[in-house]
Amino acid sequence: MTGPAPEEIVVTGYGATTPLGGDAASTWEAMLAGRSGVRNIDDDEHAWVRDRDLPVRIAAPLAVSPLDVLPRVKARRMDRCEQVAVVAAQEAWNHAGLGEPGSVVEPERLSVVIGTGIGGAVTLLDQDDLLETAGLRKVSPLTVPMLMPNGPAAWVGLEYQARASVHAPVSACASGAEALAWAVRLLRAGEADVVIAGGAEACITGITVAGFVQARTLSQRNDEPERASRPFDADRDGFVLGEGAGIMILERAEHAAARGAQVHGRLAGYGITSDAYHITGPDPEGHGQIRAVQKALADAGLSASDIDHVNCHATSTVAGDVGEARGIKKALGDHVVLTAPKSALGHMVGAAGAVESIVTMLSIRDGIIPATLNLEKLDPGVELDVVAGEPRKVDIGAAVCNSFGFGGHNVAVTFTKV
Amino acid sequence: MADNAEILAGLAEIVKDVVDIDTAEVTADKSFVDDLDIDSLSMVEIAVQAEDKFGVKIPDDQLAELKTVGDAVDYIAKHQ
Repeated sequence: MTGPAPEEIVVTGYGATTPLGGDAASTWEAMLAGRSGVRNIDDDEHAWVRDRDLPVRIAAPLAVSPLDVLPRVKARRMDRCEQVAVVAAQEAWNHAGLGEPGSVVEPERLSVVIGTGIGGAVTLLDQDDLLETAGLRKVSPLTVPMLMPNGPAAWVGLEYQARASVHAPVSACASGAEALAWAVRLLRAGEADVVIAGGAEACITGITVAGFVQARTLSQRNDEPERASRPFDADRDGFVLGEGAGIMILERAEHAAARGAQVHGRLAGYGITSDAYHITGPDPEGHGQIRAVQKALADAGLSASDIDHVNCHATSTVAGDVGEARGIKKALGDHVVLTAPKSALGHMVGAAGAVESIVTMLSIRDGIIPATLNLEKLDPGVELDVVAGEPRKVDIGAAVCNSFGFGGHNVAVTFTKV
Repeated sequence: MADNAEILAGLAEIVKDVVDIDTAEVTADKSFVDDLDIDSLSMVEIAVQAEDKFGVKIPDDQLAELKTVGDAVDYIAKHQ
């Protein structure tokens, strides 16, 4: 060995704020303990549930409010989706030992790629209400920077002085995973030495819930919130809307080694495809999903037999889960062990792929796969081994994390053992 | 009708709320931009809150002329 291959991309830091915890460690611990982040939201903070008489009264809100973490004045200039991005990025940056901005990585060599599904929707609604009820002068001058979908990426770029570039992929529920893929491209192309990458979302509000209800995609198991998100279970009835952010610090292995950084995982490859089939529904043949997994393997120089584990997109919708399982079987065979983290986290939309990539990486690092909660009766259409009941100890050499989004976006990311 | 000292104190409270600068820092001789480092977006927020608090109108062309905290205190005193 003369050293790592130059294009090898490693993870040197990570951070998250999720329905299970205010940081990555507490989230991971809660997942292994089998806790659910889903709860009843028929409360004052979510008064629209009652006011609009919505049929869904459950969600997976953040465990720790960003307002409890960020300074007040900084927080009030940001939409909640920007706040969570900054909170997770702060943890990841410190975790990677990058010190004061500009001290370890040159600002001109630092990029940010943070995706979101819809950005500052709550700001848009709140400010429109102000315009209607109180007039122009009451509309915040910060309205546009708070609602723009590149806001989370831009704020993080500002925070850490990223001057190579700042990007914001928008591909619905695949945005967070797509951001990681873009980061790999930037690093391989030599356009940056370090990339802060991931996803952020905070859109638990009346119109998003109502829209998902009308699309018939949300679980209405209101009386049993913790049992509502049940991917792959025969009695699943839809997903549970969550919120949060997940951020990774990515760099080329030789750059990480040169600065003596601790390496937590290896992002070995990615595959991105699009269905061009239907604006929301998955292709029943799963062609796009299968090709994404195959591309993610090829990009990593691996074959199907090398993959031990798949961290599934599986949202707990009737059509989606079975289609994904069939696609995985076609792409990888039936030896892979599956789990569905949305059973505990809910669906964090644009943050999902990033947080679940962190979970995938930690599963490899710790040799343990968290259980899919509420999987009591496996859907007969799922002819694969899904971890249920208790977490399972598995020595994982390589794993794939799947993320798919409305619009026909498919992203698969491959992680390998360090 | 607030006197100049009361206007200054009220303005300092608004500045603290919007940009978290200690009220003791907000004195008549300070420039909003050069000394207090307040950007144009925050100035709009401060102006809107000042309008509500003191019952004045601060049109944009006037706002641009209010370079120092003292300028703003004088303007409010004259127009309330």
